[in-house]
Amino acid sequence: MNAPVTPPTAPVTKPPVVFSPAFPTDPRRALVFAVTSGKGGVGKTFMSANTAAALAKRGLRVLVLDADLGLANLDVVLNLYPKTTLHDVFTGKAMLRDAILKAPGGFDVLLAGSGLVEYSRLTSEVRNQFQTVLHEVLLEYDVVILDTGAGISDVVLYAISLADEVMLVSTPEPTSLTDAYATVKVLAAQQGRRTIRVVINQTLQPGEGRMITTQLQRVVDRFVPALGSGPVVLSHMGDIPSDTLVRSAVQKRQLLFTSMPGSAPAQAIAAVAGRVGDLVQRWQAAKG
Amino acid sequence: MSLEGVVKCNARLRNNQSFPIVVNTSHTKRCVDVEALQLDSARRLIAQSGLPPLSEDQPPQAYVQSVIDSLCSLSSHDALTGLSNRRSFANAVEQELDRVARSGDVALLLMVDIDHFKKVNDTHGHLVGDTVLKLVAQRILACVRPMDSVSRFGGEEFAVVLPNCSHSFGHVVAERIRLAMAQSPVDATPSLQLSITVSVGGAYAQPWIRSESAIWIERADRQLYRAKHEGRNTVCMEPTIDTVVTTEEKELLFGSMNFDAYDARMAMANLDTTDGATP
Repeated sequence: MNAPVTPPTAPVTKPPVVFSPAFPTDPRRALVFAVTSGKGGVGKTFMSANTAAALAKRGLRVLVLDADLGLANLDVVLNLYPKTTLHDVFTGKAMLRDAILKAPGGFDVLLAGSGLVEYSRLTSEVRNQFQTVLHEVLLEYDVVILDTGAGISDVVLYAISLADEVMLVSTPEPTSLTDAYATVKVLAAQQGRRTIRVVINQTLQPGEGRMITTQLQRVVDRFVPALGSGPVVLSHMGDIPSDTLVRSAVQKRQLLFTSMPGSAPAQAIAAVAGRVGDLVQRWQAAKG
Repeated sequence: MSLEGVVKCNARLRNNQSFPIVVNTSHTKRCVDVEALQLDSARRLIAQSGLPPLSEDQPPQAYVQSVIDSLCSLSSHDALTGLSNRRSFANAVEQELDRVARSGDVALLLMVDIDHFKKVNDTHGHLVGDTVLKLVAQRILACVRPMDSVSRFGGEEFAVVLPNCSHSFGHVVAERIRLAMAQSPVDATPSLQLSITVSVGGAYAQPWIRSESAIWIERADRQLYRAKHEGRNTVCMEPTIDTVVTTEEKELLFGSMNFDAYDARMAMANLDTTDGATP
């Protein structure tokens, strides 16, 4: 595994390997951002929804797409139980337009609905439907957030492969960090990802998240061999401090960012959204 | 875009108005004076390449076509072994990745490298080395299906693209190639038998995922280097999904972490278990 990687012959005629986006690079289209985590229950959907609200507040057109097709709970977080879901679009019972809802945070959302258990395996149908849907909305938004499922199943990996950027959410718990690290390994090895954005949720002390990301980076530098060009870089996007307000917002089915905007975690989310916003701006600036 | 048929383009007027026009190109035959073409060096190349000689008594257009076909064949094959060369290998890989991304099929890439080949050259000379390369190429070809493409990747390294090859089968093919060499020596000259072994590394393309050929090649190459590292005459396949986090990795990940904070967190977690997490 750790044998030196020095090819005997000159590298293949192509330029150095970097991750290449699934959709043509076009500054007019949305930046596709996958939010993922190795382990479930670390606040991935919470981050997707609240970051979307914070981005919407900055004036960006945001769509959150429930990419956790098998076991979605974005509807629970947003307290939205629509009659028309992605499921109806996939089965041809509804138009895509009719399945896109306005979420309380000022952003749009495309919910999977819970009837999508049959889509928890990646078939050619799921893949095609998914890509078609994404393709149709790309020009309508500045950011499309893919709220992926937990774990490293083929559906999750596929959804991430469609994204330009990945945000990996973890808590400081060793189990969560171990799974996050495994996710980094797979994304680097299979998709040639060079940059992975990291958010550490439920931190206890200031600076804890950055320290954790730094430590993760050390392990990556040591054990994750770089494919093609350059090393895998973990870019720290922020810490979300642990706060009982988060729990009460989740239980009341409210978006923390809108219901308690002054709280420490909401402000931390605003800071993360600021960094995502910068990435969107840089993406759009590629125009000229 | 083909120039034969119908082409749609946009015309722009001075006042910046634009309108679409359809151009029918199917009758725009460009005439070439076949007699005036300089074909001597092409003829020479083809004559010394071992390809079937060009038949001179055919209509001029058919003759030129056969010259072009022969040149295409020359530029996509390796002169020594007759296998596909690096250029057509790049094509094969690109095409296969495209297919895998659309169909979700499983495809395998094997990199095969002759062990201690330099020693063969140094001891017995380059002519013997060349013969060994040809014989290895033939044995690899005999181990795979007609639909698989075997190429000379460079030097003493070969690459095999196996479309539609399941995970349970890939290792068998790789092992078959290794054994085809290890089981019997090759006749380098009528009086010289050499025992030649190969190391094989393999990696599967990720179904559904649009990837880069360079990534796939490097993954297979990495397994080849693992096989070399493990003593050669070995097959190493990439583990299906490398999600295993080793003790070493965990040690580095958690070794220097401040577990006082973690203990405090655990104490708190008893009071408050789900903050930030979704149900």
